[in-house]
Amino acid sequence: MGKCSIIGKPIAMVDAAGKTTGAGKYTDDLALPGMLVGKILHSPYPHALIKRLDTSRARALDGVVAIVTGEDAPNQYGILPVGHDETALAVGKVRYIGDNVACVAAINEELADQALELIEVEYEPLPAYFDPEQSMKAEHELIHQNRPNNIEKDYHHVFGNPAKGFAGADYVAEARYVANEVTHAAMEPHSTLASFEIDPHTGKPGRLTVWSSTQVPYYLQHKLSLVLELPMSQIRVIKPLVGGGFGGKSEIIPLEIIAAVAARAANAPVKVTYTREEVFWAHRGRPRTIIDLKTGVKNDGRITAVTCNVIQDGGAYCSYGVVTILYSGALLGALYDIPNIRYDGYRVLTNKPACGAMRGHGTVNVRFAFESQMDEIAAKLNLDPAEMRRINLLRPPTVTVNGLRVLSYGLPECIDQVIARSGWNERKGKLPQGRGLGVACSHYVSGAANSIIRSDMPHSTVNIKIDRDGGVVVYTGAAEIGQGSDTMTAQIVAEVLGCNLSRIKVIAADTDLTPIDLGSYSSRVTFMAGNAALRAAEDVKKNIVSAAARRMNCAPEDVVLAGDRVGKQGPAWSEMSTQPADAEVARGHVDGQILRGSVLQTRKAEGARDHMSFEEAVVAAIDLHGGLTGTGSYAPPLAARGGKHKGAGVGPSPAYSYSAQVAEVSVDEETGEVTVHKIWAAHDCGRALNPVAVEGQVIGSVWMGLGQALQEEMVWKDGLVMNPGLLEYRSPSSVESPDIECIIVESIDPEGPFGAKEAGEGSLAATIPAISNAIYDAVGIRLREVPFSPERVLAALRAKRGARKIEMTEGIDPTQPATFREHGGSLWFRGQGPDRHPDDPARRAAAAGGAQ
Amino acid sequence: MKRELIELRVNGRSHELAVQANALLLDVLRQELNLTGSKRGCDDSSCGACTVQLDGVPMLSCTMLAASYQGCEITTVEGVSEGGGLAALQKAYGDFGGSQCGYCTPGFMMTVRWLLANNPDPREAEIREALSSNLCRCTGYSQMYQAIRAVIEAEKKSGTVELAGATR
Repeated sequence: MGKCSIIGKPIAMVDAAGKTTGAGKYTDDLALPGMLVGKILHSPYPHALIKRLDTSRARALDGVVAIVTGEDAPNQYGILPVGHDETALAVGKVRYIGDNVACVAAINEELADQALELIEVEYEPLPAYFDPEQSMKAEHELIHQNRPNNIEKDYHHVFGNPAKGFAGADYVAEARYVANEVTHAAMEPHSTLASFEIDPHTGKPGRLTVWSSTQVPYYLQHKLSLVLELPMSQIRVIKPLVGGGFGGKSEIIPLEIIAAVAARAANAPVKVTYTREEVFWAHRGRPRTIIDLKTGVKNDGRITAVTCNVIQDGGAYCSYGVVTILYSGALLGALYDIPNIRYDGYRVLTNKPACGAMRGHGTVNVRFAFESQMDEIAAKLNLDPAEMRRINLLRPPTVTVNGLRVLSYGLPECIDQVIARSGWNERKGKLPQGRGLGVACSHYVSGAANSIIRSDMPHSTVNIKIDRDGGVVVYTGAAEIGQGSDTMTAQIVAEVLGCNLSRIKVIAADTDLTPIDLGSYSSRVTFMAGNAALRAAEDVKKNIVSAAARRMNCAPEDVVLAGDRVGKQGPAWSEMSTQPADAEVARGHVDGQILRGSVLQTRKAEGARDHMSFEEAVVAAIDLHGGLTGTGSYAPPLAARGGKHKGAGVGPSPAYSYSAQVAEVSVDEETGEVTVHKIWAAHDCGRALNPVAVEGQVIGSVWMGLGQALQEEMVWKDGLVMNPGLLEYRSPSSVESPDIECIIVESIDPEGPFGAKEAGEGSLAATIPAISNAIYDAVGIRLREVPFSPERVLAALRAKRGARKIEMTEGIDPTQPATFREHGGSLWFRGQGPDRHPDDPARRAAAAGGAQ
Repeated sequence: MKRELIELRVNGRSHELAVQANALLLDVLRQELNLTGSKRGCDDSSCGACTVQLDGVPMLSCTMLAASYQGCEITTVEGVSEGGGLAALQKAYGDFGGSQCGYCTPGFMMTVRWLLANNPDPREAEIREALSSNLCRCTGYSQMYQAIRAVIEAEKKSGTVELAGATR
């Protein structure tokens, strides 16, 4: 790749100043003249028919401009083409507590809230399903009529010969693992502002503009078109700054459509911003997952076969569910060499807010189970856990048994690094009682090789426009959500054009201006939008080179762009390129360049030169070509798109990131409290385009995994989320956050832009098992249910001592979760929930005295 | 509800405003004065994104009545920049990655500014304790500590904050 001037340098994000000064605008910071406030009425029942809906009293309130209900936008949509099961507002039926029933648009928030109180809704409650294993037995009163047994989707994959693999195993481990539900809790609550403009020719409302906190502007444009029955060309989606997503904004959230429907009815701009409680209802987080895992190994630790049965508690709508359940199985592959795999996955509907994509989509909970079981096996066979992982490494380049192509593979170095840095060999097993070390690994895709909407379209396209002022404007639909996508794009373009970063302006995610990009999800932006930016920059560079070659009387191959200059290769250039750029460049303009026409003319008398400023070269190129634009796009190569089996589309990626982690914890055996002292996290990101950003992503992932491991959990009572606030959800604060050391490993991927792969998600999954394995090392207990809350740790410690079980676990051994408890695993709340329908299966079970 | 006239002093300027008695300081700042730097991240003073300083003390503007703070010197994140440029803390947060999505950053600015004004050389534990009033969901806080350390070191040498590239 040669020496880079800006790639690989730790630099501040290009939008950092707007964030630290408060000048940057997020959706809720925007206002339009005549803008109304939209407020949504939510269902108080988990599953009910709407028998009557009367908005007349609310409409009569002065200051209420419009009220919309399901009838105003009945078209179904969903993020996946196979899962179009949502409507903007409920049509005839509600499916979870918090489901959307009506929206009021009023002149202020106070009036809108008053109007909500005046809407009369008569519900007929239906039996509701909260436990996926119960829900799968349902035969009537289904959540969606076209989903028998409330199963959204099930997959049954066999790769290799698992039966033979187990027959050849020396030891087989088998256990059930449960990971409870977590949510993104991005700091910015979702917000959407929608406004129609009047068509000058028809005089009626015409084009729609939507500003929204979204990771996927293009998909939003697409779904708005579907629901509002407007052509996509009449819809403009603009993504302002987004205050974090983590997957929670990677699909269409109801308010995004509701705001547009309300704006249409009100004939005025409408802004809807969720309260924090509504964000929890909108959810789309990581589903509660039951994993039955069986691993066969040889005595030396080599894995011979794996069977994995996964049940995901998907909530009331499909969302990304079909993809989630596929990722859970597919990414059993591509980390270790597993010759035989059987996978059975069930995505089940329940009457709770829909689960969707969350950082590490589909892989995190299964990885917890897998890495924990590996640790159990290592202990059983008396192997070093790190060594057991080394024994099972892949030998790339390779294609795994389930069709995943692996090229770059930095996992061995990641393991070596964390083992060395943590002092594993010297300290493991020698720490005092109550303190321990644990190791685990994980991986993730650098973008899905197959798009959600099946087509041959490129996954990313980037356009570049350069004008006579020497400014480089880059148009990309990639959604900056805080991960640094704009900065990555600017760095790549500046590197290719050899110009200063200050010349680059990134226009991101405005569907009128920027070419289609699928958005920010599945860690695809650096790899795909980055490659598109690279190609666009090379495209525009061609024209600069040909014009410069003419000016300098040399072959195009001899033209070099570097240091904000364009020059002719040779000794003079080599000497000059070590010096700072010309004064004229530093000053930022060339005299007379624009007003007096072509630099080519004014400089003609000077004869051939061997270098020029970037601006001079740009002007020469525009004079020669009549304009200076470039475009580049990226679609994953066919070889990376996976196998042919049903469901083979999910899992394949052009490249995988790898992570290894060691956690050091101590466990207070009196209180059950787990303290994580330090986590060493090595991440193979291919190449760190911006080390500050990579470290930020890796540390952020590890930290979010730590939250899920120790304290975060959506707590349910009969379908009602009991902790819908940031304090109650217990996102870790600075005092609960350990020291995290990030070690960047660069494997230089052959297809990544400058060798780069993903950095934003892959590290999360290793953190949870690294902590559980460290807990085992510290006090000898195996925790098979996440989070490792003090009550679970304490119960497991008591079980180990053979002490009486603590009553608060309701007779269930937390180390051996056999089934979900009726309302979802919470041990905290015993209060009375909403009234249940007599046919509710949970109520029947309770009446029979059989509360599991 | 009837509006009444109040006078708020924000970032060194006085504003006469007609607000309802129950208007929250955060809403008045954002909607009446268009100072949208202070954010609403929760509704119950649990996240700290709305932090402003009242007479130099960080407070949560999402649960304070605007009318009660007449006569106080209110500082928002918009009042942190110095002479049209970034304050050292703002520059350091950018250079060291202390800000990712940026939604919590204005709140952190107000909290850290208070910390450093009252304790120019805080211990690690003191920094952690001070920051625990604000939640961040992106960074895991690690890079914020680096940024704060850089500001403290620069202050000790009474120089400017060095670029991240120069210190790594």
